[in-house]
Amino acid sequence: MPLLLIVLLPFLGALLPLAVGRHPRHRALAAALAPLAAFGLLLSQAGAVLEGEVLQARWRWLPRLGLDLALRLDGLGLLFALLILGIGLLIILYARYYMSRHDPLDRLYALLLLFMGSMLGIVLADNLLLLLVFWELTSLASFLLIGFWRKDSEARKGARMALTVTGGGGLALLAGCVLIGRMVGSYDLDVVLASGELIRNHALYPVALVLVLLGAFTKSAQFPFQFWLPHAMSAPTPVSAYLHSATMVKAGVFLLARLYPALAGTELWFYLVAVTGLVTLLYGAYTALFQSDLKGLLAFSTISHLGLITLLFGLGTRLAAVAAVFHIVNHAIFKASLFMAAGIIDHETGTRDIRRLAGLWKYMPHTAALAVVAAASMAGVPLLNGFLSKEMFFSETLQLEGGWRWSLPLAATLASVFSVAYSLRFAHDVFFNGEPHDLPKYPPNEPPRYMKVPVEILVVLCLLVGIAPALTVAPLLDAAAAATLASPPPTYSLAVWHGVNMPLLMSTCALLGGVLLYSQRARLFAKREDVRAGRPRLDAKQVFEATLQRLVRAAARFNQWCENDSLQRYVALLLGAAVVVVGAGLFRLPQLLGEVALSPLDPLTTLAALLLMVATVATVLWHRQRLLCLLMLSAVGLFVAMTFARFSAPDLAMTQITVEVVTIVLMMLALNFLPPQTPAEPGRARHLRDIVLAAVVGVGVCALVLAVLTRHYDPIGQYFLDNAVSGGGGHNVVNVILVDFRGFDTFGEITVLTIAAVGVVALLAGLSLEHPGHDPQGRAWVAERHPLLLVVLSRTLLPLALLVSLYIFLRGHNQPGGGFIAGLVTALALILQYIASGVRWTQRRLRPRYARIAAIGVLLAAATGLGSWWFDLPFLTSAFGFVEFPLIGELEIASAIAFDLGVYLAVVGSTLLILYRLGRLSLPQTDEEAL
Amino acid sequence: MEVLFALVIGLLAGSGVYLLLRARTFPVVVGLTLLSYGVNLLLFGMGRLLGNAAPVIESGRQLYTDPLPQALVLTAIVIGFAMTAFLLVLALRGRGELGHDGVDDRRGEEERRP
Repeated sequence: MPLLLIVLLPFLGALLPLAVGRHPRHRALAAALAPLAAFGLLLSQAGAVLEGEVLQARWRWLPRLGLDLALRLDGLGLLFALLILGIGLLIILYARYYMSRHDPLDRLYALLLLFMGSMLGIVLADNLLLLLVFWELTSLASFLLIGFWRKDSEARKGARMALTVTGGGGLALLAGCVLIGRMVGSYDLDVVLASGELIRNHALYPVALVLVLLGAFTKSAQFPFQFWLPHAMSAPTPVSAYLHSATMVKAGVFLLARLYPALAGTELWFYLVAVTGLVTLLYGAYTALFQSDLKGLLAFSTISHLGLITLLFGLGTRLAAVAAVFHIVNHAIFKASLFMAAGIIDHETGTRDIRRLAGLWKYMPHTAALAVVAAASMAGVPLLNGFLSKEMFFSETLQLEGGWRWSLPLAATLASVFSVAYSLRFAHDVFFNGEPHDLPKYPPNEPPRYMKVPVEILVVLCLLVGIAPALTVAPLLDAAAAATLASPPPTYSLAVWHGVNMPLLMSTCALLGGVLLYSQRARLFAKREDVRAGRPRLDAKQVFEATLQRLVRAAARFNQWCENDSLQRYVALLLGAAVVVVGAGLFRLPQLLGEVALSPLDPLTTLAALLLMVATVATVLWHRQRLLCLLMLSAVGLFVAMTFARFSAPDLAMTQITVEVVTIVLMMLALNFLPPQTPAEPGRARHLRDIVLAAVVGVGVCALVLAVLTRHYDPIGQYFLDNAVSGGGGHNVVNVILVDFRGFDTFGEITVLTIAAVGVVALLAGLSLEHPGHDPQGRAWVAERHPLLLVVLSRTLLPLALLVSLYIFLRGHNQPGGGFIAGLVTALALILQYIASGVRWTQRRLRPRYARIAAIGVLLAAATGLGSWWFDLPFLTSAFGFVEFPLIGELEIASAIAFDLGVYLAVVGSTLLILYRLGRLSLPQTDEEAL
Repeated sequence: MEVLFALVIGLLAGSGVYLLLRARTFPVVVGLTLLSYGVNLLLFGMGRLLGNAAPVIESGRQLYTDPLPQALVLTAIVIGFAMTAFLLVLALRGRGELGHDGVDDRRGEEERRP
């Protein structure tokens, strides 16, 4: 429970500064409350951890994903948690004075606390996935913190860059962690850390390693991902001091330490980690010297020191790991104090430009003294903490064999020379070296008393650790090193004086070399300017922004290509994609034809099929003569209906033939308002493309059908055949499926039909189209609008047709028929009246409300379904029984009949609504209103 | 028989696709109708091709064809009608709004581009 509280307290505390009054002191106090409590809790647990215990707590969260809310506090976690909370508290105090009265201090504190909680989550997580969740949270919180001055475009760009780089790394890390989890079968750190042998020997180890390292290197600003860190300096200085010295950038090296037992110790690890660290160390140290911005200098110095830590982890020796952990602490302490000192200088002089700053010792001696000590620690001057870990680093570089034996110590010394030089520049150039000129605020003063307190505390720590390491940091370091190595740490000595040896010599060389380099800086800077003058400047931000812009433009171009507002192109792309997907499946078949023998052909079927094909080809060939094309289409529909009849589907045949008639009537009505001919389309290439696509689809579908029809299958239809009579009370299995077994589907179907009808009404509302009433040659469509013979015949037929539809409806449960077909027949009979006698005549006599009929149909079907709830049965359960009617005989009454009646009404209502509305379009406007 | 059946469906689908890719609304509707004939036959064919085996239970008869594809296709035919109707009316509305019966509103494109 204390562990959970330590992580959760900052998250909860983030609300406090938002809740209290506007006074900065209140806000600072409110912000400090939660971290103080967490710090106290942490200290109360520290004793056991220093004894070597590992405290764990676990709550089940998403067990099937392997994600538990599991926390652990071991030496490494304790060390980091102390840094995060301790430095975090100092930052809260510092920020209260750094930010001006009008700045949104509450927002800053809330974000800092969110970040603090996320960071604590990373270092205390006992589950890889949980660690990742917090990892992403730090990326998000840092995005908001870097972009804190949201009106400043530099800040926004810097924040975006940091998020892109670290977020991308986070994705790689996610993939790496999932890989590791798959290898060992668990995301628990206990299991992962104990399975180092298994992971390192796994075939996918290189992939997992590279992915994890991508996450770590982006977060810790290792080469070549270092470029985001200098741009993150547009954050307020307290944020830079916290995120970019002590905590967030340390998350990457923390990950190296955390997974050290699982991943380290291979040649690949050495080359990837050590070489990256070495390059970063040299690059950062060299570049830092040439920065004219105080925070820029510190940023590149941070990159360089992170490189040093990475290099130490990469060396893979046990002592190197100890040195790395030690340097993490030391760097956090001196770099946080230096950032705060830089912030004080900025605050009091109004500039961070080293070229304008000089001789500040005179104006702010106290701050100057603190900063000089911290800078000396950064340079590795004896009696300060930076010296100790640097000595350890030097002695570790001497342990290698082969070419590394001399090159690595040389490189390390060289980096140190630069490190001394830029530290000297920070101290000498700013606080001595003449008089300041052209300061925005003159004369500068010492800052408020309490603004210096955090710096003082950190500088005292530098001295304490540097002078008496065994009394201060040793137990913590022991515990952390033990947790990193997953075994008792090797013996090492933390003494300041080890006698005259190689590391001391290297340190002396670095100090002397650094002083020499710094004294020659004017010539060095001029030389560098000369060299750079001839070449275009490579600015990371410009490169990044340009890349981003290119990406956006490429995406826009791609969009433009496939989404060019041409529906024709969309359809072609869609069909092409379908061809690829289906084709890929078809080509995997070992042979096209399966094991089932083909059934014999009979002459009549062959003839019908040939006629169907001729009609289809004619439809396509004559598609520009629209009426002719429509006639051919109706022939195709007729033959399709015959196909259904031929292959034992009487219901389908009846449906198809009635629908066919309605569809053709509808299309002829629509053609009344459309051009009678289709103009020729330009573009041979497009024609060719369409023909090829059509041919491929045709051949593909043909092959698919053949492949399926010649193979055995195991239908589920037998269930319906077996249960139709006993379970549904009907002999026509198709109808029983429609109204009973799959009644819910049918309910959806008639709903869609009704919606389509309503959509048609909506689309036709207020539409008026010209319709010539004659063909292009000026001949009227018909000589007589309502031929007498047709009128008489249709009126005679109407009652007969309605009777037939009633018959079809009633017998539907046992013989081919049912609500769908009966509805279509009724609709046809009424449509015939419209055609024969005209809309006006029919409408005056019928006065039907088709929309209402359709709605009643859908509601009736729904009510039948709901009715079964009365009997505590599931939706649409049907019941049936047999009733003896006089004259007619025994009739089966099933509740499904009521459902089918709903279907019938919906079909009649929707069909007639569509046709009637369309037909009404051809009436003169005045008549239309009258109806 | 199966080969002939497959050829018919292939031809229907191919012709449907060709007309579907035309630039005017009416051929597109005709193409869609052809395509839905093909698809309906394909779905129906999944229940295999049997003569004289209608799925209407009669005592003494053993051979029945698969009723499930038939039930699916029956609703598909009706829904196909609804869709055709909707498309036709959409085409009419398009003609009313745009003044032409093209599938792509090429006229609007120039207006949108600065």
